[in-house]
Amino acid sequence: MTGADHPGAWPKGGVGQALPHDSGHLHVTGGALYTDDIPEPRGLLHVAIGVSAKPHARLARVDLEPVREAPGVVAVLTADDIPGSNNFGPVLADDPIFAADEVQYVGQSMFAVAAQTVDQARRAARLARIDYTPLPAILDPEEALRQQSFVLPSASIRRGDSKAALRKAAHRLQGRLRLGGQDQFYLEGQIAMAVPQEDGDMLVYSSTQHPGEVQHKVAHALGKQAKDVVVECRRMGGAFGGKESQPALFACIAALVAQLTGRAAKLRLDRDDDMIVTGKRHDFVIRYDVGFDAVGRIEGIEFEYAARCGMSADLSGAVNDRTMFHCDNAYYLDNVTIVSHRCKTHTVSNTAFRGFGGPQGMFAIEYVIDEIARYLHVDPLDVRKTNFYGIGERNVTPYQQTVEDNILHDIVARLEADAEYAQRRDAINAFNAAGTLHKRGIALTPVKFGISFTATHLNQAGALLHVYTNGTVHLNHGGTEMGQGLFTKVAQVVAGELQIDIERIKITASDTSKVPNASATAASSGSDLNGKAAQAAARTIKDRLREFAAGHFEIAPEAVAFRRNEVQIGATRSIPFTELVNLAFFARVSLSATGFYRTPKIHYDRKTFSGRPFYYYAYGAAVAEVLIDTLTGEYRVLRVDILHDCGQSLNPAIDLGQVEGGFIQGMGWLTAEELWWNEQGELKTHAPSTYKIPVSSDVPIDFRVQLLESAANREETVYRSKAVGEPPLMLALSVFHALKDAVASVEDHALSPHLDAPATPEAVLNAIDALRARSAAKPERHTG
Amino acid sequence: MSGPDRQSDPAAHRVQFLLDGKQVSLDDVDPTRTVLQYLREDLRRTGTKEGCAEGDCGACTVVLAEPHGAELRLRAINSCIQFLPTLHGKQLITVESLAGADGTLHPVQRAMLDCHGSQCGFCTPGIVMSLFALFKAQTGANRRDIDVALAGNLCRCTGYRPIVEAAGAMYQYAADNEQPDRGWMHRAGPAGDAEERALCRQLQALDGKASLALRSGERRYFAPRDIDTLAQLVSEHPQACILAGGTDVGLWVTKQYRELPTLIYVGEVAELRTVDERDDWLDIGAGVTLSDALVPIVAHYPAYEALFLRFASPPIRNAGTLGGNIANGSPIGDTMPALITLGTRLMLRKGGATRELALEDFYLAYQKTALQPGEFVSRIRIPLPSPGRAVRSYKISKRFDQDISAVCGAFSVELDGERVRDIRIAYGGLAATPKRAIACEQALLSRDWNEASVQGAMAALDRDYSPITDMRASDAYRRKVSKNLLYRFFLETSGATDGKSVYDWR
Repeated sequence: MTGADHPGAWPKGGVGQALPHDSGHLHVTGGALYTDDIPEPRGLLHVAIGVSAKPHARLARVDLEPVREAPGVVAVLTADDIPGSNNFGPVLADDPIFAADEVQYVGQSMFAVAAQTVDQARRAARLARIDYTPLPAILDPEEALRQQSFVLPSASIRRGDSKAALRKAAHRLQGRLRLGGQDQFYLEGQIAMAVPQEDGDMLVYSSTQHPGEVQHKVAHALGKQAKDVVVECRRMGGAFGGKESQPALFACIAALVAQLTGRAAKLRLDRDDDMIVTGKRHDFVIRYDVGFDAVGRIEGIEFEYAARCGMSADLSGAVNDRTMFHCDNAYYLDNVTIVSHRCKTHTVSNTAFRGFGGPQGMFAIEYVIDEIARYLHVDPLDVRKTNFYGIGERNVTPYQQTVEDNILHDIVARLEADAEYAQRRDAINAFNAAGTLHKRGIALTPVKFGISFTATHLNQAGALLHVYTNGTVHLNHGGTEMGQGLFTKVAQVVAGELQIDIERIKITASDTSKVPNASATAASSGSDLNGKAAQAAARTIKDRLREFAAGHFEIAPEAVAFRRNEVQIGATRSIPFTELVNLAFFARVSLSATGFYRTPKIHYDRKTFSGRPFYYYAYGAAVAEVLIDTLTGEYRVLRVDILHDCGQSLNPAIDLGQVEGGFIQGMGWLTAEELWWNEQGELKTHAPSTYKIPVSSDVPIDFRVQLLESAANREETVYRSKAVGEPPLMLALSVFHALKDAVASVEDHALSPHLDAPATPEAVLNAIDALRARSAAKPERHTG
Repeated sequence: MSGPDRQSDPAAHRVQFLLDGKQVSLDDVDPTRTVLQYLREDLRRTGTKEGCAEGDCGACTVVLAEPHGAELRLRAINSCIQFLPTLHGKQLITVESLAGADGTLHPVQRAMLDCHGSQCGFCTPGIVMSLFALFKAQTGANRRDIDVALAGNLCRCTGYRPIVEAAGAMYQYAADNEQPDRGWMHRAGPAGDAEERALCRQLQALDGKASLALRSGERRYFAPRDIDTLAQLVSEHPQACILAGGTDVGLWVTKQYRELPTLIYVGEVAELRTVDERDDWLDIGAGVTLSDALVPIVAHYPAYEALFLRFASPPIRNAGTLGGNIANGSPIGDTMPALITLGTRLMLRKGGATRELALEDFYLAYQKTALQPGEFVSRIRIPLPSPGRAVRSYKISKRFDQDISAVCGAFSVELDGERVRDIRIAYGGLAATPKRAIACEQALLSRDWNEASVQGAMAALDRDYSPITDMRASDAYRRKVSKNLLYRFFLETSGATDGKSVYDWR
């Protein structure tokens, strides 16, 4: 192995170094350009959309004359003005750009208005006179299930005989859980700017995780071909899945206005509209039935998941598949039946959000494990360990993938020791026994998360690399930058591969005309896929240079080595990288290359839900300790310890940021972030004034996060790193279970409390009061 | 006195302020144009971001510098709801203002970069500005100071840990003496040095003495300097909107698209900006910002410290006024229950006449107050503490910081031995207005302050309020928790608990 292949070696900014984000200096000075900051073309129009006020209704009359007559208005568009396809749905054609006859949720787009200023457009959009003929609306997944109202067929996975196992089990528990959704709350709202080009072509600047999809949807809407549309995105101000399928709507509308008027058009959503109009994490109603033995080993289990998908399919098929794939989390489930319903409701169509259904799957099994432990009066951590996937045995998932890279036992053992779980459990018991208004709770929860798109064909990526004659490099790939540091990591890979300082590499905007047919930057796969593709491109160029140098200097190709801005020519001579590049140029060697990567080993049959959907698993574990107030349900997270597996990290600072940020975001999902609809189907938590994501003071007072060291990925990923975007979010289940533990202490752990998510102060107080009522009604306590 | 409409000084029709050390003079300013719109749309100065346009996310945070006596005072504010004319006489500092002329990063920026404090970077300019305000307010900061300073800034990517670290580290960068001096903004703390004092004088000169009076199309804006002129203007324009901090009025424009043809800004009225301590009163001008008003209140009533720290966020407290909070008539303003239980009285001014009204009588119905056309709140009189009186106020919300309360309860009790001599209880969030709990009080008055009577009073709360269910809480939770808050007050005043809240655990 040469030094050049060793991560963490030269050059400056190579692989494994804790570099700051490549745009960090621009972020802190205000110099980073987001879509709304791009200088506007002359004559730009501003666009606003008119949205439905009813959850389900026929449009009896749509009078847009007052909109047309409003000051500054230049154009008003409805479904009739779409030359191509009136759809932006990513999978099915069930998401109209403009609802024509019927609306299916409050906030559904019906028309657009273009005006000289943002203010004029938004004011005008409010002037439409719409008569609605109400239709029956389903506003709740439970009701949808009753009416068998689905956006997609239900699906199931069966292994073994869960019915028989449940019958035979020594102990059996059943329950029903409600799990809330979550708004992505990226700080930069949805936005697109379309600029007409010659010959009817369209250039679209879109804040999107999926430029390729925006390109296709815009082309379809305009009645054009993919070749006629270019989509560009340098960066997003956060995305979290909310900019995977959703941006197509706004890009299509901006492009339609641009095509119709011949002028550039920009559509930027106000925050309230953004939260009302766009999809969120799916909320669920979950039923379980579990049978287990005296030590809590699960013998049979059945899950029934009912997800609120909203009014259309969007990405709900894949989201709910991932829920099914993660209802095992870290545990071996022998006899198992998983049923998943994709409920159609007259609410906004739910979509991707960090974890993509996985968190909801895990929530259920972790809840069940906790219930088993409380029933048996043992520490939940013991039941968790009892059910962990084995090594060499009990290691096949319900979908028939063998868990080959299991490091759960090691991670949990190390974390348990480092966090002093047992000692703190004792201290907490002593504190709680003192009988104040405050109670403490603690929980350790693990994460095992499958890495790869479950749709196998999406696991591919391309890159484009140019080397200029002065030795500087232009890097492009199909991934998008939403803050996760993908561009920095991929540049580090190229710096490491070419052995040049990272300053020589220009990181450039995602652009459908440079790298075609790229998948969404999603499923935590950005670095795995694009890092490998860029590496391949760099290797192609390096191989050409090596071959050229061998011929030019008359030495063996093996004697050419790239080291820290230099190229070693045989044992005694070294020339600058730039010089070799220059020589190669004059010798007419191509200095531009594409790179391509497809994830190996994976295969999966959607019909039978079996195969190897995941290339590998990412692991982690967290211990959370909380304090609750038994009079009000208020709480505080006192301490959190995390040990997370990033493989051999490409950039430990960026990976640490993903772990910490993902954890806090997950904590928000399970605690204060509550989506609340009224009986008219209107979302009333549609701004930061009513929807509360964590702030600085919510971060645990004592927050100890570590990346697992010397943990090279057992699969041949780029420099043996692991994906880190989504898995840490689910570490926050520890906070939820610590809260449940604290509630249980109110009745001295005699009974298991029922706690729905999100665990707002109200939910916690309800759980306490319900527990006390049950305890009072049942004086003879079960003493296990 | 020359009326504001008869101003002859041309400067009085021009908004003047400093930006990057340069004087900006604007004619024909639309009074409801926000500072953020001005920066992004007029100047194409796009570092400052819009995240919510309601002052709740902090992406638009900028800092205003203005003279405070002879000293320069810096305050972070939300530019998305601050109207442009209110910049008059101030220095506007944005994220682009901080780096040195040679591009050297400000210590705040350096620390944020080195600590990996940005991911997507969209919230970063606002966070940098909030930390800059903290940097200039004090010469070091602990976790609590940092959390308070950042209470109005949302970050969805980082989980805040690196930002908190940067806030601690920024002082070290400033203390690096190897660096050449890059001016007052790069020096930590309120330096009060010659450079800052010179800037003060420059701002005072810029401000001039004349009242600002603007006309832009149909829209008018007045910024009187004295209370008599204000009273005259409000009488002449009874339909005018009175603008103080704009933390609510700003949203009428950015969210409700309301037309506000006439604005009368009270932020320049000298008499409304004073805090006086009389014999029995703390006498606070209605134009005093919440930041300034809460300090003397907490000095007299330390029990309210947590409540007031949780009141919105620093940028909102820096702009919003106590008078505005009261006059606006929200059912859930967090100061009202406490002020009602203290027996606060309002001075209401109309033309040349002033009348006095108890705060509890000010609220008539949902968002309806006793203010008559042409009348405004001029002063707030808060009784000083009396010995033997115990007071508390507790706020319940989903999130600790910068959340609107589901329930806010305030309690004041005076005991005569065991017997309740005087009791005042008020809640916000349980009715259409902040309201006293009369039945509950009756159940306690002249009874012994013990478990039994308190339990009876808790039950009596059901006669006082019929709370609703909304996105903040269910009616059932509001009922339950309002009773439990009274119980908590009883436990604390009877010594059964130490009064430590879950948020006090460090």
